[in-house]
Amino acid sequence: MGLLSKKDANLILDPLADNNPITIQVLGICSALAITAELKASLVMAISVIFVLGLGNVVISLMRNIIPSKIRIIVQLIVVATLVIIVDLVLKAFAYELSKTLSVFVGLIITNCIIMGRFEAFALGNGPWKSFLDGIGNALGYGVILIIVGFFRELLGSGTLFGIPVLGDPIAKTGLYSIGYENNGFMIMPPMALIVVGIIIWVQRSRNKALIED
Amino acid sequence: MEHIELFFKSIFIDNMVFSVFLGMCSYLAVSKKVATAVGLGAAVIFVLAITVPLNWLLDQYLLQPGALVWLGTEYADYDLSFLSFIMFIATIATMVQLVEIIVEKFSPSLYNSLGIFLPLIAVNCAILGGSLFMQSREIATLGLATTYGIGSGIGWFLAILAIAAIREKIRYSNVPAPLRGLGITFIITGLMAIGFMSFGGMLTGGDEEVVVEVETAEVKPVIEQEEIKTEAEVAEGSQSIADNTIKVIE
Repeated sequence: MGLLSKKDANLILDPLADNNPITIQVLGICSALAITAELKASLVMAISVIFVLGLGNVVISLMRNIIPSKIRIIVQLIVVATLVIIVDLVLKAFAYELSKTLSVFVGLIITNCIIMGRFEAFALGNGPWKSFLDGIGNALGYGVILIIVGFFRELLGSGTLFGIPVLGDPIAKTGLYSIGYENNGFMIMPPMALIVVGIIIWVQRSRNKALIED
Repeated sequence: MEHIELFFKSIFIDNMVFSVFLGMCSYLAVSKKVATAVGLGAAVIFVLAITVPLNWLLDQYLLQPGALVWLGTEYADYDLSFLSFIMFIATIATMVQLVEIIVEKFSPSLYNSLGIFLPLIAVNCAILGGSLFMQSREIATLGLATTYGIGSGIGWFLAILAIAAIREKIRYSNVPAPLRGLGITFIITGLMAIGFMSFGGMLTGGDEEVVVEVETAEVKPVIEQEEIKTEAEVAEGSQSIADNTIKVIE
């Protein structure tokens, strides 16, 4: 960590575990749940949020002294919307199929609470470099949960990872399927995303007792 | 009929919270008490009912490919749909601000109960989600867009009301310590979403399909009945009961 001082490193590392935006700060839940049926979509969503949040935090931080506080929400929304349009157009140009799967959820990055939350809580009061690190850190923390949820849902739900079968062929009955294993189709359904996140919270809080609520 | 169908579809089948997970942040954050949940829910219905039709107009006359044709034929090739995110969110933010000012002026008591929630709503994904789904599902008329807005609002209201009531009760239960608060709320929401999945088949079959199914189901027991008739009348009675249950199930 020659490049980063210890304080700066904490800005990135904290949100990965003890101050995770999804499981602790309760920000950015909507998209985390809706698109995690496949690992690929989760990964793309995580990368998009890293881009938007990292860059958005820098822009807001640079403008923090000239934004009148009364209209700051509108200014923030415009900044995010511009960045999200860039992401949306890039996805449509280079990964059209994927942008169909993500459908409106790319647009919904705009109202992803994680973004407004970090703008309000951090970028409005800190310099650009720190804000950048904070943005990347929080987006990574968000991405980690997305990828964990996506991993389990795709593995248990369709027996594949990134669309590649890893447990054998369910029709030809090879690999695990030869001993009677079946895919749990329910894992792909939306409600299971909520339950998987609930279980992640459970595991995390039983490992770290300090996080337990009242 | 179209309106009723869309209305119930947007409340139960495409419920904002349980099937597409929109507005989860405020759903989790503001659901500790029933009273505040009702306030936020009402505000969401209100804002959705205004912004969805408004964004529908924007989409039809400004953003869709070829929508600018009303300005003159030379504008027919313009496609401004890439601007829809920024236009929608700007409309929503402005409308929320406007609604706040109007409510404050004309109904201070309503303002006091809704007041703190209105700014929150601008960044509630259910609102932007409503407009984006309206666009991607290609809702046909202004009336239908209004119905869709109100319906999704009521669906969201229902969801937050239910979870707030459950959370008030669950305080008396002995939940495992690490699950308390957020964890159990997630799992309950998951179970409620499973419940709402049962609405899924409610409107999917077209009218004609249903008629055909009923006919085929009715024909079979009749043939069986004729065979049974010759044997005993009691059997026929039980058969007709079974027949009725088949009808009820369908």
